[in-house]
Amino acid sequence: MSNNINDRIRSNPKYRELAGKRSRTAWGLTALVLAVYYSFMLLVGTSPEFLATPLFEGGVLSIGVPIGAFIIFFAWACTGLYVRRANSEFDRLNAEIVEEARK
Amino acid sequence: MKKILTSLAMMPALALAGPAVEAAEKQPLNLTAIAMFFIFVAGTLVITWWAARRTKSASDFYTAGGGITGFQNGLAIAGDYMSAATLLGLSSMVFAKGYDGLVYTVGFFVGWPVVTFLIAERLRNLGKYTFADIASYRLDQKKIRTFAAFGSLTVVCFYLIVQMVGAGQLIKLLFGLDYPVAVVIVGVVMMLYVTFGGMIATTWVQIIKAVLLLAGGTTLAVMAMSQFGFSYETLAQRAVEVHKGGMGIMAPGSMLADPVNAASMSLGLVFGIAGLPHILMRFFTVPNAREARKSVFVATGFIGFFFIVVCTLGFSAMVIVGTNPQYFVDGDLAGKIAGGGNMVAMHLAHAVGGNLFLGFLSAVAFATILAVVSGLALAGASSISHDIYANVICGGKADEKTEIKVSKIAAIVLGVLAIILGIMFEKMNVAFLVGLTFGIAASANFPILILSMYWKGLTTSGALLGGFTGLISAVTMVVLSPSVWVTVLGHETAIFPYDHPALFSMPLAFMVTIVVSMLDSSAQAKKERAAFDDQLVRAQTGIGAAAANNH
Repeated sequence: MSNNINDRIRSNPKYRELAGKRSRTAWGLTALVLAVYYSFMLLVGTSPEFLATPLFEGGVLSIGVPIGAFIIFFAWACTGLYVRRANSEFDRLNAEIVEEARK
Repeated sequence: MKKILTSLAMMPALALAGPAVEAAEKQPLNLTAIAMFFIFVAGTLVITWWAARRTKSASDFYTAGGGITGFQNGLAIAGDYMSAATLLGLSSMVFAKGYDGLVYTVGFFVGWPVVTFLIAERLRNLGKYTFADIASYRLDQKKIRTFAAFGSLTVVCFYLIVQMVGAGQLIKLLFGLDYPVAVVIVGVVMMLYVTFGGMIATTWVQIIKAVLLLAGGTTLAVMAMSQFGFSYETLAQRAVEVHKGGMGIMAPGSMLADPVNAASMSLGLVFGIAGLPHILMRFFTVPNAREARKSVFVATGFIGFFFIVVCTLGFSAMVIVGTNPQYFVDGDLAGKIAGGGNMVAMHLAHAVGGNLFLGFLSAVAFATILAVVSGLALAGASSISHDIYANVICGGKADEKTEIKVSKIAAIVLGVLAIILGIMFEKMNVAFLVGLTFGIAASANFPILILSMYWKGLTTSGALLGGFTGLISAVTMVVLSPSVWVTVLGHETAIFPYDHPALFSMPLAFMVTIVVSMLDSSAQAKKERAAFDDQLVRAQTGIGAAAANNH
């Protein structure tokens, strides 16, 4: 019985659409966040003098400080982006798939 | 030079581990702090009593019946991750190293989005009580659960030691209580929370503590920043003037000394989060995948905010604490910080808010340890009762009442064990245990968990061999590393040159798992691969996922 449901879901094109969209979003965002973080680490390793550039003319606060804070914010914003898309688009699609499978 | 390297390598470890790894001298009794701490304990015990009356089924005990909202769970996850070590260790690191401390802080954070994208919802859809539920979903129940329980308990035990030793040292220092007294108090209160209140009590303790920690940290940062007209530029100018690093604190510097170790540590941190059983367990406390996602978003926001606050504390302490002889041993500004290198945030609290605020923050730090330890004990106890007892020994046919009883006994045993280990390890430098904990989590638990969810080809023999390879290689590398082979065992030179094993042990675990799985041509392996499609349907749609029970 449950196998029937699973088979029906698998043959539903919407299921393939959901699986494809979700995995593209999830892996894409993972790659993006890790790429941004490891570029930052590369910058730390290769050009510390760039990170030391003063943020303001004649100031001492370096550009590296807001960059660090930005990475935290950016990673969090990506999380928000994913959750928003998943909780609206993906969940809607999911509800349709489950509904159609139970018919 | 070597000393600098070692101390650098220890920095991140200290930051997570724990407050005071170096032996702290005992202080006079701090009555404000003790009073505030007892108010916290009394309050949380009332909650435990309330939770005990609502804890009837196994699901209540392990996962609060799945009835925690996404926002509440987000706060609790943030609480699990923001230990006293984060407040004290990270702020002290920024205080000492400036920008390098900030770079480490960012590394502690970046694993969270990955958990959101790849782990959270599948975990919720496939599992019930422990992450072994997912790992063993289509594989051999008994073998994989035994391995998963092994991995979980190793992580839990090492992390417990770190927390207990940290608690003892911190309390000795802040409250003026004896070390063993402090360790026993933490152990006993923890056992009360877990055995009587289960996950409901543990969650609420975690939530209350997260709110207190966020409020305390933020208040401290605001009071400190008011001295600089709330301008980071003014703060930076003053800090550069007084700090012995000068302009160097504004850019990366000393951490470049050992990039391989830094890379290995960052890898362990990023992927270790997804292998910590007490964090993974939190995803089963929400009703569905939607709330699970929401909870990581909330948690990530709070953790990120808190980390920025902590960096602010570190920089402002350079000026406020760093120029005040009162906070240095013998009043020598070039000398050691009074009470040990990790006390910077506490001194800052005293400097801007007086004794009362110091007492408040001390109580919060203690509460924090208590909450983290409870989460760990509950995760360990679940692994023993749900994985080992109910599924391996009873073959999934355990009586629910007996299972809960086993879990409670396990929690008490873990509590007693934690007290004994905490006392045994008092004089030991336990910093290496953090590298080990995250290394094991990233090399043993994480590869098996992620492959079981995403890779059709995974088989029982692959998971078993690969998982144990990760576990054993991580432990071996840490034993041969500078922090154990040289610092603890007293040998001349380390056989393995890095303190953090993940860069090597994690790829090794993946490789062995994948190769063995691919070579596995048994009939069982074919069945396991065939079962993936149905597992995927449930992971994607949530059909058949454990539902929340309302009562």
